[in-house]
Amino acid sequence: MSTDITDAVELTGSSVAPYSPENPAPVIEPPRARTKRTPRSTRTNFEMYGWLFMRLSGVVLVVLVIGHLLIQLVLDGGVQKVGFAFVAGRWASPFWQYWDLAMLWLAMLHGGNGLRTVINDYAEQANTRVWLKTLLFTAVAFTIVLGSLVIFTFDPNIR
Amino acid sequence: MPAGTLYRGREGMWSWVAHRVTGVLIFFFLFVHVLDTALVRVSPEDYDKVVATYKTPIVSLLEYGLVAAILFHALNGLRIIAVDYWTQGPRYQKQMLWTVVGLWILLMLGAIYPVLGHAARVLFGS
Repeated sequence: MSTDITDAVELTGSSVAPYSPENPAPVIEPPRARTKRTPRSTRTNFEMYGWLFMRLSGVVLVVLVIGHLLIQLVLDGGVQKVGFAFVAGRWASPFWQYWDLAMLWLAMLHGGNGLRTVINDYAEQANTRVWLKTLLFTAVAFTIVLGSLVIFTFDPNIR
Repeated sequence: MPAGTLYRGREGMWSWVAHRVTGVLIFFFLFVHVLDTALVRVSPEDYDKVVATYKTPIVSLLEYGLVAAILFHALNGLRIIAVDYWTQGPRYQKQMLWTVVGLWILLMLGAIYPVLGHAARVLFGS
């Protein structure tokens, strides 16, 4: 038994160079070392602000969206009362215009950031990710612009 | 449990899956919902024509599903915030999920009459 252990120690000692201050081990480059081609600063707090935005907008959206559902689907006969006249009546008040505007912006940005996370998680090829995120960005920007225009250019006497 | 996965099943994972699925569904609904509301800028008749389809029994059932997705996403979102910011949050995440599920069932029972009442009257007569 004891001879086996001695042999193993000697084997290790003879096959691997004994590193010392005079004979240092080779330096292994860190896998994410900055190189000459690395942009000066690639680090921002974007993801942290995105994380924080999801929580802050989420709390506000709970109030805005559940209020919206109560008004549109529950009170005064539910969805049966909804029509052009009903929309005109509500958007006559700036309070409901800004309620709907806040809901539109926060929900689209919250949902857009959520879908960005989903794309990053499941689209494995870099090309696919770029295309899906371009499509997502276009859809979010289009929806926000269209919705905002509709709220503020609404004309109750359109015909 | 399948080999080579970090997924652990149970409350933590399944609430995460449900949060994703409901979130994606709500996003696509919202996109369509802004488009249909934009019709108020085209003509009152076109808007009313599209909204009339929302008052049919089948779409009422879809609306009930939408309410289900939104309420779960809202309640579980508040649970996620509690897990992140309340010092005891991670310890009680399971209990909070079952509280969310209980509240969700209560609210969904309460939504049956307002959301599906008209459809029931159309289908079965008043």
